[in-house]
Amino acid sequence: MKKIIELKNISKEFEDERVLNSINLDIYDKQFVTLLGPSGCGKTTTLRIVGGFETPDEGEILFEGRKINDVPAHKRHINTVFQKYALFPHLNVFENVAFALRVQKRPNDEVVRRVKEMLELVALKGFERKNVTKLSGGQQQRVAIARALISHPRVLLLDEPLGALDLKLRKDMQNELKKIQKQTGITFIYVTHDQEEALSMSDVVVVMADGQIQQIGTPTDIYNEPVNAFVADFIGESNIVDGIMNDDYSVTFSGRSFECVDKGFKKGEAVDVVVRPEDVDVVKKEDGMLCGTVTSVTFKGVHYEIIVDIDGFKWMIQSTDFVGVDEEIGVYIEPDAIHIMRKSEYSGQYGDYSTFSDEIDELSNTETVGD
Amino acid sequence: MNKTKSGLARFAAAPHIVWTVMFIVAPLLFVAYYTFTNADGAFTFENIFALKDHITTFTLSISLSVIATFICFLIGYPLAYIIARSKESSQKIMVMLLMLPMWTNLLIRTYSMMAIMDDGGFLNVVLRYFNLGEVHLIGTKGAVIFGMVYDFLPYMVLPIYTTISKLDSNLLEAASDLGCNNFGVLTKIILPLSSSGVISGITMVFVPSISTFYISQKLGGGTFELIGDTIERQFQNSSTYNVGAAISLVMMVLVLISLAIMNRFTEGEGGSEN
Repeated sequence: MKKIIELKNISKEFEDERVLNSINLDIYDKQFVTLLGPSGCGKTTTLRIVGGFETPDEGEILFEGRKINDVPAHKRHINTVFQKYALFPHLNVFENVAFALRVQKRPNDEVVRRVKEMLELVALKGFERKNVTKLSGGQQQRVAIARALISHPRVLLLDEPLGALDLKLRKDMQNELKKIQKQTGITFIYVTHDQEEALSMSDVVVVMADGQIQQIGTPTDIYNEPVNAFVADFIGESNIVDGIMNDDYSVTFSGRSFECVDKGFKKGEAVDVVVRPEDVDVVKKEDGMLCGTVTSVTFKGVHYEIIVDIDGFKWMIQSTDFVGVDEEIGVYIEPDAIHIMRKSEYSGQYGDYSTFSDEIDELSNTETVGD
Repeated sequence: MNKTKSGLARFAAAPHIVWTVMFIVAPLLFVAYYTFTNADGAFTFENIFALKDHITTFTLSISLSVIATFICFLIGYPLAYIIARSKESSQKIMVMLLMLPMWTNLLIRTYSMMAIMDDGGFLNVVLRYFNLGEVHLIGTKGAVIFGMVYDFLPYMVLPIYTTISKLDSNLLEAASDLGCNNFGVLTKIILPLSSSGVISGITMVFVPSISTFYISQKLGGGTFELIGDTIERQFQNSSTYNVGAAISLVMMVLVLISLAIMNRFTEGEGGSEN
C-alpha cells in the first residue's frame, strides 16, 4: 500500500492557542481513516489543513510525496463534504452536483452523463430539477457527497457529515458511505466524535485529544489495546483502576493479584488497568475474585448496566442477568479481559463511575430498575 | 396563519394604519385628484397631455440616474465585498466611516460640494496653485452625476454588504474546494447570492436620484433641469399644481414599473436569501 497523504510535525495556533501540537500521520491510499476525538481536540483543524482551508504554522503536508503546503484548495485533488452540507442555494440538485465539471468547462453531454452516474450512486435519481433547499437532511447529505465525488478526487474529506441526521438515518448513511468508499476506491478521511461510528466504518482510527494524536490503529486494536486512559475511556466504556505490575503476566489491583496477558513492564511499575464492563462476569459473592455492593442498575435493552462499589471504587459491569440494588455480588475477571497501560497524563482522570448515574440521567431517558 | 386576527392585534395595528392613511394614501389621492382636474376643479386629461413638453427632461433625468446608479454599483459592490470579507473589527470601523457623511444633512453636503467644485472653488484654487490649469465642473452633467454618486453611494454599499456578510463561509470554501479560484468564487457564488442586496441597492440609489432637485439645482448650476426641478417649479405656483401632480404621478408609475421588472428579475435568478 502506498502513502497518499503524510502530515509531518504539523502545528497550528489560533490566537495563541495551540490547537495542533506536532501531528504526524500517514494516510494510505484507498483506506477509510477516521479522526476521532472530543470537540476541540484538533480533528477538524487537521482535516481543514488537508483540504487546504488552513495553512499549518509548522510542519509539512505531503500529497503522494510532494509538499502541498502552498497549494490552494482549488488545485488539490481533494474534495470535502462539509458539516452542514454547504449546498449552493441558487442552484438546483443537478447544477450543484455538476458544479466542479462546470468550473472545468467540460462539454455538456459529459456533464449530463457524469451527474446522472453520481445521482445513481447516491440513490437520488429523478431529483435533478429539485431545489436543494427543499430537500430533507438526508437528501441534502447525498447531494453533498455526489457533488464532492464527481470530479473523482483522490481523497474525500468528510467533516462530521452525519451529525445533523437522526439516529436511524445515520445508521443507513454509515453503511452507504462505507459502500460508496469501497465502490469508488477513494481514500476517505472522516471526522467524528462518535466512537461507535468510527469503530463500525473505519479501516484505521486516529484518536485525538488536546491537539495531539493519542493512538492510531485498527478499530479492534484501539478498542482492545488502548494506549492510555483517555483512549480507553473515549472508546467504549472502561473501568480504569490503579495497579502494580508484579511480574510479566501478573498484576495487582483492588487488593489482590490477577493473572493477565501483558508483559514487558518493569517489576513494581505503577500502571493503569483497563477492564471493559462487558468482560466482567457477575458471580455469587463467595465465588468472586472481588466483591462489592450494587449501587445502581439500569436496563439498557440488550443488558443491564450495573454499578458496583468495590472498596470505594465504582465499577461498571454490563450483564444480561438482573441483580438488585444493595445486593452483595462477586465479580470474576478472565486474564485476557485485563489490559495493562503505562501511566500517562490522563491517568486518574477517567474510568471511575462514581458520578456516572447523574450523568446518564441527563444524557438519556433510560429506565432505572430496582428502586 | 390565522385568518381572524384578535382584537389586540387590530388595536396594535391601528396607529400604523392611521399613519399610512394620513401620510401615504391621502397624499396619493390628492396627487391623483390634481392630476385629473384643472385649476377650476373640473375633470380633464389635459395635464397628462401637457407632459409631452417635458419628455426631454424625463429622458435626461432617467439617463443621469441610470448612469449614477451604475457608477454606484461599480464602486459600491467591490467596496461592500472588501468590507464584508475583512476582519470583524475592521468591518465595524469601515461601516462607520461609510455612514459618517450621512450624519451631515444632504443639503449641506451638496452645498459644500458646490464650494469645492465651483469655478472659483477650492479645487480650482489648488489646481491653479500648482499651475495645473483649471476645470469647469459646476453646471455640467458630470457634476450632477458626481453629486448623486457621492450622496447616495452608502445606500448601495449597505444592503450589498449586509447580504455578502451573511453568506455562509462554508459556501465559499465549498466553491474553492470544487475548483473555483477567487474570481470564480466571486462570479459563481457571491455575485448570484448577493443579487437581492444589489437590487435593494439599485432601488435605494435610483429612486432618490431620479427625484432629486437640489443636486441638479446646486451642481447643475441652473443650466439644465431634471424632472425633480420641474415638479418643484410647478408646485411653487398654485396655478400649475395640476401639471406638477401629473408629472409626479407619471414618474411614480414609471419607478413602480421598473421596480416590478427588477423584482421579477431577482426571482428569475433565484437570488433569495434562504
